[in-house]
Amino acid sequence: MPRSDTSTAGEQHYFGAALLNPDLPLPEGIVGPHGKKAQKRFAVYRNNVTVSLVNALADIFPAVQRLVCEGFFRDMARFYVAKEPPVSAVIFEYGGGFATFLEDFEPLSRYPYLADVARMEKAWLAAFHAADAPPLPPDTLAAIPAEQLADTRFTPHPATRIIRSRFAAVSIFSASREQRPLDGIRPAIAEDGLITRPFDAVEVRQLPPGAASFLSALIAGKTFGEAAGLTMTGYPDFDLPAAISAMLEAGAFSDCFAGQPTTEQTP
Amino acid sequence: MTQSAPTSPIVAASRFPDGPLPPRAGAGLKTEHIDAILADDYRIGFLEVHAENYMGDGGPPHRGLEAIRAEFPLSVHGVGLSIGSESGINPDHLERLARVVERYEPAMVSEHLAWSSHDAGYFNDLLPVPYNDQTLNRVVAHIGQIQDRLKRPILLENPSTYVAFEQTTMSETDFIREIAQKSGCGLLLDVNNVFVSATNHGWKPLHYLRDFPLELVEEIHLAGHAEDTDDEGDPLLIDAHDRPVSDAVWKLYEIVISQAGALPTLVEWDNDVPEWPVLRREARLADAILARLGPTSLLGSRHAAE
Amino acid sequence: MSHKTIVGASALAGAVAMAISGTAFLGSTQGAAAATEKCYGVAMAGKNDCAAGPGTTCAGTSTVDYQGNAWKTVDAGTCTTMSVEGGRMGSLEPLDRDLPA
Repeated sequence: MPRSDTSTAGEQHYFGAALLNPDLPLPEGIVGPHGKKAQKRFAVYRNNVTVSLVNALADIFPAVQRLVCEGFFRDMARFYVAKEPPVSAVIFEYGGGFATFLEDFEPLSRYPYLADVARMEKAWLAAFHAADAPPLPPDTLAAIPAEQLADTRFTPHPATRIIRSRFAAVSIFSASREQRPLDGIRPAIAEDGLITRPFDAVEVRQLPPGAASFLSALIAGKTFGEAAGLTMTGYPDFDLPAAISAMLEAGAFSDCFAGQPTTEQTP
Repeated sequence: MTQSAPTSPIVAASRFPDGPLPPRAGAGLKTEHIDAILADDYRIGFLEVHAENYMGDGGPPHRGLEAIRAEFPLSVHGVGLSIGSESGINPDHLERLARVVERYEPAMVSEHLAWSSHDAGYFNDLLPVPYNDQTLNRVVAHIGQIQDRLKRPILLENPSTYVAFEQTTMSETDFIREIAQKSGCGLLLDVNNVFVSATNHGWKPLHYLRDFPLELVEEIHLAGHAEDTDDEGDPLLIDAHDRPVSDAVWKLYEIVISQAGALPTLVEWDNDVPEWPVLRREARLADAILARLGPTSLLGSRHAAE
Repeated sequence: MSHKTIVGASALAGAVAMAISGTAFLGSTQGAAAATEKCYGVAMAGKNDCAAGPGTTCAGTSTVDYQGNAWKTVDAGTCTTMSVEGGRMGSLEPLDRDLPA
């Protein structure tokens, strides 16, 4: 970052450090008026920074907060804020490292699924703010001649995110967001989630087995035929029509382009 | 006050109604108020948004703001440029602000005399700077950089502050006047900030207003503040934006308008946000003062000609 | 080279036809307008504001250290049983870290 002056040794560096660490003394030169003390005065800034960032995390991760309770969440969030303050001045971008923080947070070591719930929440917010694009009309795909389908490629919708979890992160996320009971959810069962915003509402779906692999391959630029082939190899029970149905309903892609007819793939 | 004339074919290049902020009350836009604002018979003079909340590429926030912008004048108020930063203006953030400005063609763009970003990160608060030559040069350079990129002058807002600096060598009003003169920016006078800072630092609010370059003010902010105590047990006011504008601030506002004339006046309410009618009531109080005192002001009704 | 499953053109075409026959039509502008209208009032998560935090100065001033005594004021175990609103919400079982595959 460009420095506009080099003559100070960084007064703001000390000011900033003292904001996030209340054990540090007041920065040099900070005073109250007319010889008054400045301890409580400086505490206003400490409070503003910490409370506003904890509030931001509570806004961004409401499902995690519900799962661990508000008191626990806020205490934990203060620790995260001090450890990892925002890099961006755009607050809805804060918390990129929160899921990893939760993974390493010793008091939560018996709740490893919380990190993936946090990833779902970050993906939800990224989808909310992603660029606008109409979802792929099913007719566009239907209009592609059969012999060109294998080489057809798809343009991912800007909002589309896939979260693959070793845990039941999609069920836990959805139940917590919708304030439904969590009884009966088995956290150790792996789930894949698809997050999209076909128009202006963010949608979250649990994907059937193999569909996450299939959609990830398409998003990565593989052709329709390659993605289907790769997925069928890895997931013998893969239901291709169900996966296509899910991706069209969810608006996971915004466009598709027919490839050239191929002959060499025909057995 | 009448609405400005409908967009003529000559300004059809602009996607939105054109023109300056009217010398009326406006409100800080909260997404939960959008439907009520659009449906209300009372047409608020203008709306103001925090630029950072619209720095996403797309999605529902933009649908709401497009609907508002199609019907009302808009002011874009940045909170994250960190004009007082020792680390310089973040060029990426400035680009993102420029995108918001290009997207919505606001009548006004404003920012704060404060810093919030350092190499260590973004602190999400408006932090104070010492008033001396070194800070002055830095702030003037940064405003120049912003105005060059946006290709328009911005307004700079006076801060609410809670501490002072031993490094300060000039008064806040002298500091702000010099910034405006050297950078060519206009000023946004936050009357609540005047009252909060004056109380916290033992200044007289009327002396502050007497020394403030009112002729450079193009917009006013009003808001509610909270009361705490300092280390000595004396009142320490906090710029909380969580309640109605205080009586003392309304009195100061009347003095400002009777001297400076009618100016676009924003009511801000950011914490414990009430239903729209409560915010509208505050806006109507400001409208009444503007109508009563604006036309007979000492500086004349600078904005009445439109 | 790994073995590659080849999916024939007719299999792909059949899958597309099956998928589309069961998919609600999304492309209408009506649908877009309805979705948009609903969303003006959607609250923003993670807003920038220029206000100070709520009045109390104490929240930002106590030390947070989860290895120290301050952290122990909250017990993670009781919190994650999620006794929200009289236990209506139910609870999730804790997992041993190395349990799931």
